[in-house]
Amino acid sequence: MAKIQLNGRNFKIVQKLTIKQLLSKHKLNENRIAIELNGSILPKSKFKKTFLKNKDKVEIVHFIGGG
Amino acid sequence: MKKKDTFKLANLKLKSRLIVGTGKYRNFLEASKAIKESGADMVTVAVRRVNILDKKKPTLMDYVDPKKINYLPNTAGCFNSEDALRTLRLAREMGGWKTVKLEVLANKRNLFPDMIETIKSTKVLVEEGFRVLVYCSDDPIQAKKLEDVGASAIMPLASPIGSGLGIQNKINISIIIKNSKVPVIIDAGIGTASDATIAMELGCDGVLINSAIAKAKNPILMARSFKNAVISGREAFLAGRMKKNFLGNPSSPLAGLI
Repeated sequence: MAKIQLNGRNFKIVQKLTIKQLLSKHKLNENRIAIELNGSILPKSKFKKTFLKNKDKVEIVHFIGGG
Repeated sequence: MKKKDTFKLANLKLKSRLIVGTGKYRNFLEASKAIKESGADMVTVAVRRVNILDKKKPTLMDYVDPKKINYLPNTAGCFNSEDALRTLRLAREMGGWKTVKLEVLANKRNLFPDMIETIKSTKVLVEEGFRVLVYCSDDPIQAKKLEDVGASAIMPLASPIGSGLGIQNKINISIIIKNSKVPVIIDAGIGTASDATIAMELGCDGVLINSAIAKAKNPILMARSFKNAVISGREAFLAGRMKKNFLGNPSSPLAGLI
């Protein structure tokens, strides 16, 4: 088990979980979101090969209504 | 034959001079209907965390299709350059959005922009290849500085964001328009359709409306009203208004008066 912070909340995840797997676990379409991993933007091309580590901070954002 | 009056904004050619926001509506369905009725071909959108806990919650893209209408990501809610840059870089990563709206706020009460941070951020974004439409004060000197650092459009406030107070300083807006080689779009403070008409009559290239439509009793009808108001104001500007006189001047000829 590893502990990560996802959008400000603590989550426990299984070891060797990729970003892509994290997205599918949360039913998120990768074309509609962007990810910041530990303060840096993670390009979509790296979602498949990036494994989450203990204490990682993940931010997943999308577009919402705004002025 | 009348030359077609297209609106060139950054890398885009827009049919409508009305840009609308997507916030503050009762729900996404109402937002999508109002946007359709407004005739706008560009909408502003904000960048926020996804709701991790509620997987079934509808999202904006389910109702407002970015393939059919231009999304203009904004930095609403950012109070410094760092947060604004972070937001727009994420927007670009989301799907290549490079035409963006920058706003860096200074004060939570009146939501006036921090022009020092705004100019600094514009410069960085332009260097990174963004086309930046910039929310700014109605100060002609600051507006010119934004143009000088490469802003694609100047977006002065008419009055505070969401206030509905209309254009408070027509003289400044007119000076900004006169000085500017890039489009000038009134961004904030419009309250009702006539305010938008006045903005267009002054010679603004466009107006951006959110609260005035979303907070109307009937947003869908108000969206149509703004569509007509912007067209009307633009046509009045192009037509060239009559001179103002301080004395009466009869409309009927005096010759032949019995």
